[in-house]
Amino acid sequence: MKFLEEHLVNLDVSVSSAEEAIRMAGRLLVEDDLADPRYVDAMVDSYKINGPYFVLSPQIALPHARPEDGVKEASVSFVRLKEPVVFGHAANDPVQLVFGLGASSSEEHLKLLQKLMRLLGTSSNIEKLKNAPCFSEITKLF
Amino acid sequence: MKILCVCGLGQGTSLILRMNVETVLRDLGISADVENTDVSAASSMPSDYIITSNELAQTLEAASADVIVVHNYFDISEIKGALQDKIY
Repeated sequence: MKFLEEHLVNLDVSVSSAEEAIRMAGRLLVEDDLADPRYVDAMVDSYKINGPYFVLSPQIALPHARPEDGVKEASVSFVRLKEPVVFGHAANDPVQLVFGLGASSSEEHLKLLQKLMRLLGTSSNIEKLKNAPCFSEITKLF
Repeated sequence: MKILCVCGLGQGTSLILRMNVETVLRDLGISADVENTDVSAASSMPSDYIITSNELAQTLEAASADVIVVHNYFDISEIKGALQDKIY
């Protein structure tokens, strides 16, 4: 189980579309051998088929696919966008904080989501995530 | 009472919603059977209420359950308000 470790976090990334943002978050999982490259394609496909429902709250997206789409280990990555992008969500656009979820069917999946809920369920943490100058400041939040 | 929390894949988003819905139901003293599932399975599963995002709510219009829309999945007070409006 890997949750926002240093190599899974990329701050102030420039992207020009929601798809590119999703791919950036997915790529971090692939580069760390936590998911197969096809998982990233499945994340994008899910967005295209089911729409931006995974924009869970203002500015925050949690793109993911299914465990059987190529996840090797339960994991969460984080990409902070330099400029927010529109995902097409009626209430929560534009998105600046993108958490890539490597979904697994294990008990660890539940634990990861609980960690994420603790982090994002505290509204003051959102501003801190947006403004943290470096990775070490982010680790203080969880 | 049966409540379904629904997202596109039934993996991540709906599970987060379910955990927060369970918290709210506990606060409200309502006992219910809460499950999370994906949007294609939800239409054929019997339930009293379906909780989901605005994006997926339109797809679920055919379901017999009452559909409750939540915008911010981390906002316990929004979820509580939405449930109180419909369930009471």
